[in-house]
Amino acid sequence: MRDGAQVLSLRGATKRFGGLVAVDGIDFDVHEHEVLGLIGPNGSGKSTTLNLISGALAPTSGTITLRGAPISGQPAREIARRGVARTFQLVRLLPSMTVLENVTAGAVFGHRRRWGHAAEAQALAVLEKVGLAGAAQSRVGQLTYIDTKRVELARALAGDPEVLLLDEWLAGLNPTELEQGIDLIHKLRDEGRTVVLVEHVMDAIRSLCDACVVMSSGRKIAEGTPGEVLSDPEVVRAYLGDDNA
Amino acid sequence: MDIIITGLLLGGTYALIATGLNLQYGVARIMNLANGEMLVVGGFTAFALYTGAGISPVLTLFIVAPIAYALNWAIYRVMLRPLVKRAKSRGMLEQESILTTFGLSFTMVGLMLWIFGGSYFKYSFLARPFVLFGDNYGLNRIVAFLCAVIICGVLYLWLNHSRAGMAIRAVAVSPESARLVGIDVPKLSAHAFAIGGAVTAMGGAVISTFLTLDASTGVIFTMKALIIVIMGGVGDIRGTIIAALILGVGETLVASLINPGLTLAAAYGMFILILLFRPQGLFGRKPT
Amino acid sequence: MTTRDWKNLVLGAVLLGIAALLPLTGDAYAIALGVNIAMYGVLATSWALFSGPTHYISLATAAFFGVGTYVTASGIDVLPYWALPPLAGIIGGILAGIVGLATLRLSGVYFVIFTLGLAEMIRQIVTWRQNATGHKGSYVLTDLTENHIYWQLLGVAALVYLAGWAIGRSRLGFALRIIGDDEQVASHLGINTAVSKVALFIVPGAVAAIVGAMIAPRYIYIEPSTAFTPMLSFQVVIMAMLGGTGRLWGPIVGVIPFTLLWEVISVSFPNQTTLLLGLCFLLIVYLLPNGFVGLFQKIHARALSKEAYQ
Repeated sequence: MRDGAQVLSLRGATKRFGGLVAVDGIDFDVHEHEVLGLIGPNGSGKSTTLNLISGALAPTSGTITLRGAPISGQPAREIARRGVARTFQLVRLLPSMTVLENVTAGAVFGHRRRWGHAAEAQALAVLEKVGLAGAAQSRVGQLTYIDTKRVELARALAGDPEVLLLDEWLAGLNPTELEQGIDLIHKLRDEGRTVVLVEHVMDAIRSLCDACVVMSSGRKIAEGTPGEVLSDPEVVRAYLGDDNA
Repeated sequence: MDIIITGLLLGGTYALIATGLNLQYGVARIMNLANGEMLVVGGFTAFALYTGAGISPVLTLFIVAPIAYALNWAIYRVMLRPLVKRAKSRGMLEQESILTTFGLSFTMVGLMLWIFGGSYFKYSFLARPFVLFGDNYGLNRIVAFLCAVIICGVLYLWLNHSRAGMAIRAVAVSPESARLVGIDVPKLSAHAFAIGGAVTAMGGAVISTFLTLDASTGVIFTMKALIIVIMGGVGDIRGTIIAALILGVGETLVASLINPGLTLAAAYGMFILILLFRPQGLFGRKPT
Repeated sequence: MTTRDWKNLVLGAVLLGIAALLPLTGDAYAIALGVNIAMYGVLATSWALFSGPTHYISLATAAFFGVGTYVTASGIDVLPYWALPPLAGIIGGILAGIVGLATLRLSGVYFVIFTLGLAEMIRQIVTWRQNATGHKGSYVLTDLTENHIYWQLLGVAALVYLAGWAIGRSRLGFALRIIGDDEQVASHLGINTAVSKVALFIVPGAVAAIVGAMIAPRYIYIEPSTAFTPMLSFQVVIMAMLGGTGRLWGPIVGVIPFTLLWEVISVSFPNQTTLLLGLCFLLIVYLLPNGFVGLFQKIHARALSKEAYQ
């Protein structure tokens, strides 16, 4: 299963905030064309780990490499150029711009940079892929919640990233939207994208992820296929507390 | 030695002004560019009462404080509260409050120019020498320093040891969480803004005993207060006091060793150093 | 370039051409007013190039302008006049670059505070140097008339509009709009936010210095307090806000009525100019936060939606 080349690897990645160790010596690899789920209870350091990869935060120690080249400690813009694109836990769109402009921003400044007609064509193609082809000229303020998430995803995809980071991209969707959302990520997976997703929705994890890393209190407590890790007694204990183990 | 003491005496009054601004920015989240004008209002009041009715500037403090409190409370409620309400983010509020208070500062300068004219205001109060460690200092500067110490001290104790003070500090740290524990954030913000204005105006009354003011000097004090607040750290009263003393000494050094016309340039020099090396303030932790 | 671009270009050129005919009227008062409008127009338009998209409010126009007048004042005896405005532009640009590097890496507040006192600080240093060398002010004696100054300013205006037009279509302009919307998103998209901001801030810095250098012959006698007047920074912000910063044509739409209004105010209420200026500014911030451009867009949008109903 895990036969693709290593795209992203973390070795001993650690982040301290004052006395608090939010991420404590995390190691894992992400292979090409793989969807890796980063899961764990609230406050276990998943989002912080994602922030370390994208450069929103600099790791206190440890190294993160993208195709063998170290990216840890680099500014976010450099990491984005090298090919890491992300969405945010709370959707962040560019409020003064149209949907098309939001996505064009990703095509112009992302990993693979385009300009002019090429950038716009790329943006339209990605919008079509996420199912928003008709909304290109809308203002972002007029969109429904799932559509704002789609725009953000399209913006991240527009630069053809090596790795896509999705921070709870499915959170807050209603059941119908959730189904659409899972289908969309399935489509990305079938295209052979490399994706790291932080997620709480268990159905999504089971159906989408090739591999899972489980975190608890900043440490990695399990790694494997979704089936393996979700039946691991330590993982169950981390989620449900000692009584249920 | 005498330069350092003169600097510390000056820094004490600066601490008072900057503490006022820090309350307004740190708690009420208003970057108040009209802060210096409030200072000049305090100074002019002291001048008018001393020359007109012979009231000592020290007593004037008790008159200036409640008036400035009411005035600033009204400014907050009428002009700034609508901005807080319509702002979608902290950045947007910052930008709008900068524009509004910048306009307010010109309006206040205009009013004072109209009422008092453009001349300098100076009066002689306790202009006697006072011997300290074998050197002569103006007695007015010493009295001003003591006033500043007392006001800052009372404020510090009140913020750290009273229920209302604790609520104000809670709003400074996080208005969102403060609201959740039942603190009336809009009311306290108005309160903090008003107290900040009152403290600054008292600073103006104090400073007018030994410095010459005119209607348009406010902006210089705004600058200095802003630099002190950035240096000491937003929301940190202790940091503000120490930064004010450093600025007072630094300025006095430049004024007496190079040229008295370069005080703002000296303040700027320190500001640049802070921006380059410790933008989070002298005692602030690195933002994470 | 599309046909619409060509149309706008031709329209702009025609308007500037008409404006250039003003001195032919021979009306000294109209020409003096024209110089004011051209000066504020150039300053406000270049101000909005940076402060419009980024929302970083620069209060430093007077500082760069003053530096420009001093380039002319101190260089007029050494260099030919035509070399001075470009030189002022270079010096102003470098100064803006330094200010930008020191403050634009950090949050917007630092930038505002820094620009607020910049003019005053440079004024103090210039005064100090002058006192040290023993002369208080300097004379700028040239045979340039108001007409020459006016035409020069129109030339700069043409350059500023072209630059603004080019920036609006460039990656840099797009990057600045993204930064103005959400700086964190910008850096996660791969934009070097600090470099972009500094690069664009150099434009208004250089332009204000050039304008200062061109206006200097009008003052004849130059001293620090006339060259570095904080009122100038304030007027430029007001006019640009009144017109609106969302469009290239916005600031000039604010400059023309405000300069005329200002003329009336300074004649009728010479002692209340500062007060009235402050009140006008507050009115604009509260009633017209997006200026005439915003008002125009609102009316336009309303008309469009009405059409849709019919």
